[in-house]
Amino acid sequence: MSTLLWIVVLPLLASLFATTARHWQRSKLAFAVAAFPALALLLLLPCGPAIFSGEVLRFQAQWLPLIGLNVSLHLDGLSFLFSLLILCIGLLVILYARYYLSAQDSMARFYAFLMLFMFAMLGVVLSGNLLQMWFFWELTSISSFLLISFWSSQSDARKGARMALTVTAAGGLALLAGIVLLGQITGSYELTVVLSKTEQLQQHAAYPVVLLLVLLGAFTKSAQFPFHFWLPNAMAAPTPVSAYLHSATMVKAGIFLLARLYPLLSGTDLWFLTVTLTGLATLLVGAYFALFQHDIKALLAYSTISHLGLIVLLLGLDTDLAAVAAIFHLINHAIFKASLFMTAGIIDHETGSRDMRKINGLWKYMPVTATLAMVASASMAGVPLLNGFLSKEMFFTQTLHQEILGSLSWLIPLLATVAAIFAVAYSARFIHDVFFNGEPIGLTHTPHEPPRYMRVPMEILVAFCVLVGVFPQWFIGDLLTQASAAVLGTEVPEYSLALWHGLNIPLLMSVLAMAGGIVLYINRKHLFLFQAGFTEQAAIYRFDQLLQRFEQGCRRVTARVDNGSYQRFAGVMLLLVLLFSGAPLLELSSLKGNRPALETDPLLMAGAAILCIAAIATVLTIRQRLLSLVMISVVGLMVSLAFVRFSAPDLALTQLSVEVVTVVLLMLGLYFLPHKSVKQSSPGHLVRDLTLATAMGVVIGSLAFAMLTNQTDTIAGYFLQNAKTGGGGTNVVNVILVDFRGFDTLGEITVLGIAALGIFKMLTGIPRFMAGADGEGRRWALDPHPLLLAVVSQALLPLALLVSVYIFFRGHNMPGGGFVAGLITAVAMILQYVAQGVDWVKPRLKVEYSTLIALGILCAAGTGVASWLFDKPFLTSWFDYFELPLIGTIELASAMVFDLGVYLTVVGSTLLILANLGKVTTRYRPMHKEQL
Amino acid sequence: MELVIAIVIGVLTSCGVLLVLRAHTFAVVLGLTLLSYAVNLFIFASGGLTAGKGAVLGQTDIYADPLPQALVLTAIVIGFAMTAFLVILAIRARAELGNDHVDGDSGSRQHPDKESRL
Repeated sequence: MSTLLWIVVLPLLASLFATTARHWQRSKLAFAVAAFPALALLLLLPCGPAIFSGEVLRFQAQWLPLIGLNVSLHLDGLSFLFSLLILCIGLLVILYARYYLSAQDSMARFYAFLMLFMFAMLGVVLSGNLLQMWFFWELTSISSFLLISFWSSQSDARKGARMALTVTAAGGLALLAGIVLLGQITGSYELTVVLSKTEQLQQHAAYPVVLLLVLLGAFTKSAQFPFHFWLPNAMAAPTPVSAYLHSATMVKAGIFLLARLYPLLSGTDLWFLTVTLTGLATLLVGAYFALFQHDIKALLAYSTISHLGLIVLLLGLDTDLAAVAAIFHLINHAIFKASLFMTAGIIDHETGSRDMRKINGLWKYMPVTATLAMVASASMAGVPLLNGFLSKEMFFTQTLHQEILGSLSWLIPLLATVAAIFAVAYSARFIHDVFFNGEPIGLTHTPHEPPRYMRVPMEILVAFCVLVGVFPQWFIGDLLTQASAAVLGTEVPEYSLALWHGLNIPLLMSVLAMAGGIVLYINRKHLFLFQAGFTEQAAIYRFDQLLQRFEQGCRRVTARVDNGSYQRFAGVMLLLVLLFSGAPLLELSSLKGNRPALETDPLLMAGAAILCIAAIATVLTIRQRLLSLVMISVVGLMVSLAFVRFSAPDLALTQLSVEVVTVVLLMLGLYFLPHKSVKQSSPGHLVRDLTLATAMGVVIGSLAFAMLTNQTDTIAGYFLQNAKTGGGGTNVVNVILVDFRGFDTLGEITVLGIAALGIFKMLTGIPRFMAGADGEGRRWALDPHPLLLAVVSQALLPLALLVSVYIFFRGHNMPGGGFVAGLITAVAMILQYVAQGVDWVKPRLKVEYSTLIALGILCAAGTGVASWLFDKPFLTSWFDYFELPLIGTIELASAMVFDLGVYLTVVGSTLLILANLGKVTTRYRPMHKEQL
Repeated sequence: MELVIAIVIGVLTSCGVLLVLRAHTFAVVLGLTLLSYAVNLFIFASGGLTAGKGAVLGQTDIYADPLPQALVLTAIVIGFAMTAFLVILAIRARAELGNDHVDGDSGSRQHPDKESRL
């Protein structure tokens, strides 16, 4: 079922698309972005009949099978319901955001983040593998961070975003630990397997630990007490984000997790107690504090916390239908709360304020919006004929049937009624304060109805509130049954979604809540006065203080080791290296092993002597830097010769060409750095450093000797045997690079490219400073590009390119390959810069080096991805031999395309570094855009 | 022969460490270059020394160990990128701060108020 894969991936494509569509017209952009989730929805809906008949659709592909991580998608009733909510409300939010964002906001950026979130959220609910689910789980935290801090110039947006990320990501880490433990106990991360091991898990000694870790993850995400404080602070986000992430979807991820693992984790006393009590506390705390908020969004945020608590409480109850009620309320809450947030956004948009002490009497100015909002908040309060009423009734019924607290079980329905009283009171406040209660105070302009289409999403959602409220069975009966079946893992007990169940206690509780809520609201002044007595600091400041104290503590610890002096720091690190590498030597009885020694010849002795002398000379001449540079290049040359001597032609070629570019680099470096340095180390320091250096040399030398003289078994045999048959090449070193360990090489060229880009960034906008003369006061040569060099280099260029092509092609079978060929090309090009100058090269060479790097990495990665087309793992290589007339047998291998990627990256990186460093001395120096 | 190579690696390490501990950026760059020579030789030597027998199939009867060679080959190229990064960092530091001391300020070695600059 690759349909499932498309449903998840389409929002990601939308996100990528949005990043490239910065300059699109706003409405066009909104439509184009919406097309992706709309398509996903069209793919999802046809799965409906199968889901309603109780089927489970799956998609599976291998990812990292060794650790049990697969790409595994799983669509059952529960995930169908969630996907539906995510896609439908997501589409409405896209439309809404089109009108909500102002002309200064980057709409493309907003949509890119929003679609990234949708991708992550769909990933969470459709995952059939727990590790994969966790990956998406963290991605929701990250995209939520990006969305909350969308207006990053505002300090409360940054702080709120950081707080939300800290809390949810910390919970995410706990969840990861829980999942790994779960995987260890059950032996798999696949959802279907894990869910079948309920008994095994619940009898395991580590069950309480697993449960608490998973609950930590779920509770932080779903803003349960005492982790609820991040949600009100996340209200600094643009309102479409609050409507989507912080009421309808992301905060439900925790509940989704509880529901998903319900058959596995629930059923024990520990589950009932923790989940119920947490839910109950959250329900009460949220409902109580919601009443005192003056900001509309804060009121809605606390109300969301309270409703999340209600759902969690339901999941913790031990009655038959509690889970059904939980799912039902989850749907209803998503619908009415999203529309209420949209109202808050419209009011904010039209009046410029969200403070309920200022915005009053809006009924006169925006009657349609007001009516819609009143219906939605009536649903929030649980007024009959609306969807909120039905699930609240179900909730009350369940609280009456549970027996969790033993003889104290009556407390739960009582407290539920208290919370419901507060819910009615804050809903009443929302309606009365905003739409009635006098005239608006201190608004800059007269409010009016929002643009026509900004209201459409609200209208749709409110229509659902009513339709579900009046015809529940017809509208969501099947969906609810299937989702509940997926949660319970068994048959769903009989239940009825009727409006009227006769005169019973739940109805009495509802009536009580209504009356009590209205009375409470009318007498709110006393309660407000009481609450004003608490001079409590806002959570955000306390959180910030805590973070700062933590940071200071860390700094104090760090300062003990690192006082800011690099030399001291490097010294400490090297000392540690010395201790760790020296210690094992003490256990060795003799350095010399049994491996037969090679003959020593005079030539080798001479080479080694030159190398050592040059290395020591580098140190001795360090204050005359040019001389030192000459010495170190002798060292490099001798190292290349050593590679030749010990059967490593590939290394010798590479070292030799790297040597050339390194020397050019260091020469250029010298141009910008002082040519001489004054003596700075005191004798004491010098003795200390000398001792450390000598000790290091002795230890590392001894280690090398011990390693060289001891016979060890290596895995070389495998590579030698399979290079020709498996990789199609006889140069085993090259085959390892492009085939056996191709993934490593891909990583390495990526690092190379990143380093080059980093260097480019550092060079842009570097202040102009230039020595007019060398260290001894001699002016630079008047003729910077001597004719002889220019002529010779020009003649050399085609020759060098030819050599590099030759080296590239023979690389698979003979010494050579992409790395060496790339370096040779780069050296040939650098020579042109040196001999002819930037003025000459620039018009003749119209290549963007950064593009070259990107092409190279794409080429290499593309080779890897291509093997997926043939249902093979990433980077599986392919080769074959072909007969060509006249030319004879030739070999074609996918590894050559990979090697081409290596070649391009090496050329691009080397030239990007050197050419730009060279350009700093000319009028073409790299600059920031704003400086141009 | 093994002894000679071990001594070479030891000398390169010593010189490298000594230079890495100097106070000027250029010396540190050269020190790291020397250290990477030492490290490359060390890793290369982990496959054992073989003379006159490459790792190309069909050319000899015994082959040199190809794996350390492959490791070192990429290490050489990455080493260049690292050196370049350091050199540019040193250049930029000098351009911004006006000196080439590793701590960014010539003269004083004590920085009691380091935190305020973070």
